[in-house]
Amino acid sequence: MTENVAGKGLLHRRGLLKATGAGLAGGILMPVMAPALAAEPSMAKSWLTTSGAPMDEYGAPSKYAQLKRVNIGAHPYGPGAGSSSTPLESLNGTITPNSVHFERHHSGIPDIDPAQHTLTIYGEVKQKLQFSYEDLLAYPMETHTYFLECSGNSYSNVIFPDAADKTVGELNGLISCSEWTGVPLHYLLEEAGLKTDANWIVGEGADAASLTRSIPMQLATKNVMVALYQNGEPLRPAQGYPMRLFVPGSEGNISVKWLQNIKVQKTAAYTKDETSKYSDLHVDGKADMFSLEMGVKSLITSPSGKMKLNRKGVYEISGLAWSGAGGIKQVEVSADGGKSWATAALQSEHRTLSLMRFRIPWQWEGQTAVLQSRATDDKGNVQPTRAAALARYAKANIYHYNGTQSWQVTNEGVVKNVYA
Amino acid sequence: MYMRNRLFLNHLQLACLTLLTSLSVTQVYAADSASKLGLHLKPALGHTPDMHVDSIISPDGLALPDGSGSAVEGKDLYIEECANCHGNSGKKPGNAIAGGKGSIGTDQPFKTVGSYWPHATTLYDYIARAMPYDKQKSLTPDETYAITAYVLKLNHIIKKNDVMNKHTLPKVVMPNADGFNELE
Repeated sequence: MTENVAGKGLLHRRGLLKATGAGLAGGILMPVMAPALAAEPSMAKSWLTTSGAPMDEYGAPSKYAQLKRVNIGAHPYGPGAGSSSTPLESLNGTITPNSVHFERHHSGIPDIDPAQHTLTIYGEVKQKLQFSYEDLLAYPMETHTYFLECSGNSYSNVIFPDAADKTVGELNGLISCSEWTGVPLHYLLEEAGLKTDANWIVGEGADAASLTRSIPMQLATKNVMVALYQNGEPLRPAQGYPMRLFVPGSEGNISVKWLQNIKVQKTAAYTKDETSKYSDLHVDGKADMFSLEMGVKSLITSPSGKMKLNRKGVYEISGLAWSGAGGIKQVEVSADGGKSWATAALQSEHRTLSLMRFRIPWQWEGQTAVLQSRATDDKGNVQPTRAAALARYAKANIYHYNGTQSWQVTNEGVVKNVYA
Repeated sequence: MYMRNRLFLNHLQLACLTLLTSLSVTQVYAADSASKLGLHLKPALGHTPDMHVDSIISPDGLALPDGSGSAVEGKDLYIEECANCHGNSGKKPGNAIAGGKGSIGTDQPFKTVGSYWPHATTLYDYIARAMPYDKQKSLTPDETYAITAYVLKLNHIIKKNDVMNKHTLPKVVMPNADGFNELE
């Protein structure tokens, strides 16, 4: 038998391969709402006896494994304004396929001809400079794997008095992770030449909302890039084609998509999206402006909301952890609602400002359980409980929520979002 | 275009270029090491734009355009261009831009232009870039100043005949101007 390392059936993280249990070959968990695939054992497998399809130019997933963004929301007055979420429950590993990267647009997705698009750097610089898309393609680039999280991610667990019965993607899917390639922003800023008062940059998009955000120069010259490629291909329109700012570790909104202007200034611009939106209100009535760094956070993606455990035996608990402060040092998992914790295995080569995949085996024999994860980053920040996360801000402040996600498992194996 | 031209260098040019490049590699490498820029060579392709308009307006108001407008002038425009989404009084649920006075700091905070926004210039900046939702950037500066004035009037921040322009708007003090913690 494999050793229990914490309550309610958690096993040692190195024990998964050794573990035995009824129905170990049960396969992956599927949300119960997923359509069941009809098995027809009497028929011959046609793919063994008939040649398959020809090649195509741009591939697509198997029709049996199609992914869909969830929570595609649209503002009643403008269908292009809203967000869609990554179906975290359907993914494994750490990279988000471009087709299901979460989206947040303020006036829809523009259809930009790169030949007519320019990036201009102006303001407190020695010379105003303009770059074409072709110009930027000629610059030396860097490639990094970074997460991107909307500061409003997980807002359902903030605003609803009772925990919403939703999937992990519906609840927490405003987080994605990609390999981003682009030109380090400081190359372009140095070419323009920064003046003494160059304390901030203000990035402006070329969408109809011309979304505009201010970024302190210290951050803008750190590891910010003008991103041109995502997971190896040119940016998708929904992610800022032909170019976007990418500010790793910070709230997604400041990675301005469809980037057309960078104004260098002595002060911030105090735009609508950094004052009326994306500022964090405290109980005393004061709000934090430019609270850009995303806090340390983790989620169990399997088992997770709306799934059903359809056999007893050993399961792999698996999830994602990240921190805007750097890398993930440790993820602990609890099956008894936080009474006891066991350390999960961490599996990703990309350890800085990226998603970390964690795994730990778990023996389920029909016991009730509350599954939780708790991440610690390499700066020592520990993910707060839901209560502690909510206590930091005024009621209904939806931004920068990083509290514990809890999944209740019933005797029947039903997995459900709970507040614990 | 320049990329294509580069492909048609003759051998002599190429030889010269190779020599130049090797020299500049050494120079740039030394300079980069000193300034911690890394080892990359950068082509410096930025050029002075022919025409470029500053579209980003900060609280100092320096980027505000000429023009002016008052709430009286803005009323009909607001009703025509804005009221469908924001309501005649600016209090349409989901898109309220007026009301909520004194609610910040209570257990029912209601964020609007009047109750929450710290700077009046932000209103001009946002209307000019992003409103009306289906006709972004269609308003003239006079119209934008007039609608800005009308929204400020809906929030009882200015009077109906107060004229907003690049000199007066930055001087408007918003009720929640001191409500924010700046970046440390």
